[in-house]
Amino acid sequence: MDRPLRLIPTQPTAADGLARIVEALLVVASQPLSLDELVAATETDLASVEEALEVVANRFSEEASGIVLERVAGGYAFRASAEASEACARLFERPAERGLSQAALETAAIVAYLGPVSRPEIARIRGVNVDGVVAGLVERGLIAESGRDDEFGAIRYRTTPLFERIFGLESLAALPRVDDLGADVAEIRERLEAVAEKRPA
Amino acid sequence: MAVAVRELELDLDAFEGPFDLLLSLVLREEIELREVELAEIVVSFVEHLAQKGELDLDACGEFLILIAALLELKARGMFPDEDAELAELEPEVAAEELARRLAEYRRAKEAAQWLAERMHERRNLHFRVGPAPLAPQSERKLAQQDPEKLAVALRLLAIEPPQPSVAHMALRFPPVAQFLEKWRSLLLHRTRLDFDQEVAGLSRVEIAVAFLALLELRKQNEIALSQAAPFAPIRISRAENERSLSWTVRSA
Repeated sequence: MDRPLRLIPTQPTAADGLARIVEALLVVASQPLSLDELVAATETDLASVEEALEVVANRFSEEASGIVLERVAGGYAFRASAEASEACARLFERPAERGLSQAALETAAIVAYLGPVSRPEIARIRGVNVDGVVAGLVERGLIAESGRDDEFGAIRYRTTPLFERIFGLESLAALPRVDDLGADVAEIRERLEAVAEKRPA
Repeated sequence: MAVAVRELELDLDAFEGPFDLLLSLVLREEIELREVELAEIVVSFVEHLAQKGELDLDACGEFLILIAALLELKARGMFPDEDAELAELEPEVAAEELARRLAEYRRAKEAAQWLAERMHERRNLHFRVGPAPLAPQSERKLAQQDPEKLAVALRLLAIEPPQPSVAHMALRFPPVAQFLEKWRSLLLHRTRLDFDQEVAGLSRVEIAVAFLALLELRKQNEIALSQAAPFAPIRISRAENERSLSWTVRSA
């Protein structure tokens, strides 16, 4: 057998073909597509899709292109490049996060960490009524209903893929660990105790 | 921001010092919350706000949470006699709960801060947002249908429903006073009564009013009520006078 024949790159062309199809799927999609969805739509296997995604990622990256492939919300999606941001901002706004209040962010954070979680549970943590804030987050599409509380039947909420997209999270696992938050809780307690020690009896 | 709350200087009868010290002492049960006039703390805080001349919403929010928690603790402390009903809300448990809630809220606040920074980093990145496109529907084949069945179902809809009864609209409520007298006269001759037995044969509305009368008598400390468990028989007895005198309720 002649060795030179093997120099013809058959494998890359197959990946290229699949990459073009993956590209097309991502253009049509309005939400991130998961690996499973891409495998199902292309009727191929996981390894081929991952290989194709690598080709797409190289082609659509910052500086190389105005469109950038990003891994977000448990899947893959195209977004505009940072370079195009000003032009985009002139034509489109991002209503989902426009004017998000501190209360809304806190509530969204609680839902992200504890979801599915009901309004009374959120209210217990925040110490105030959260009905309006929750309704606002649902309206923006950042959280959505997710079943009911087993005991009392209260509606429970979880964050949506749009939430992960806006905050650029691959998944909710990309949030900081709970243990790394609230470091100043211990500090506050210590401070309280320290002040108490100094107090004359 | 919230530092303003914790460093609020208090000058009360029972306590003198910053608010966070009071909080810490209460949590460690070194100060009796019953001795503290919470209303004075509120007044101090409002004065403090007036002095600063600006409305710090963060500080107000934290203050409200803390003062509400203190009020709750104090309310529980003021009714030790009701221990049986509030067994799961012992003062120590309540104090621990307060500390836990504060910690939980701190975490939520920090997570929100993290999200805000993240949002700021990505504020210029645009992407397409829209509803998920529908997956192609597979064709559904309907089973053989019988038009007779549809006709039967529709005929049922055409039947006029019965006129709703408005008899209950004319309901008359007997006066509570009537039952107040009834309970008082019953208790003149007997020391213990069983609620169910006494109201047997009365209408639902009368039973309800009789019960309201009981609550009124309990409020005035004329009687004592006991119930072994939820839905168990309600027992009524005359209140002991000594105890009713010790029931002075202090203002918060």
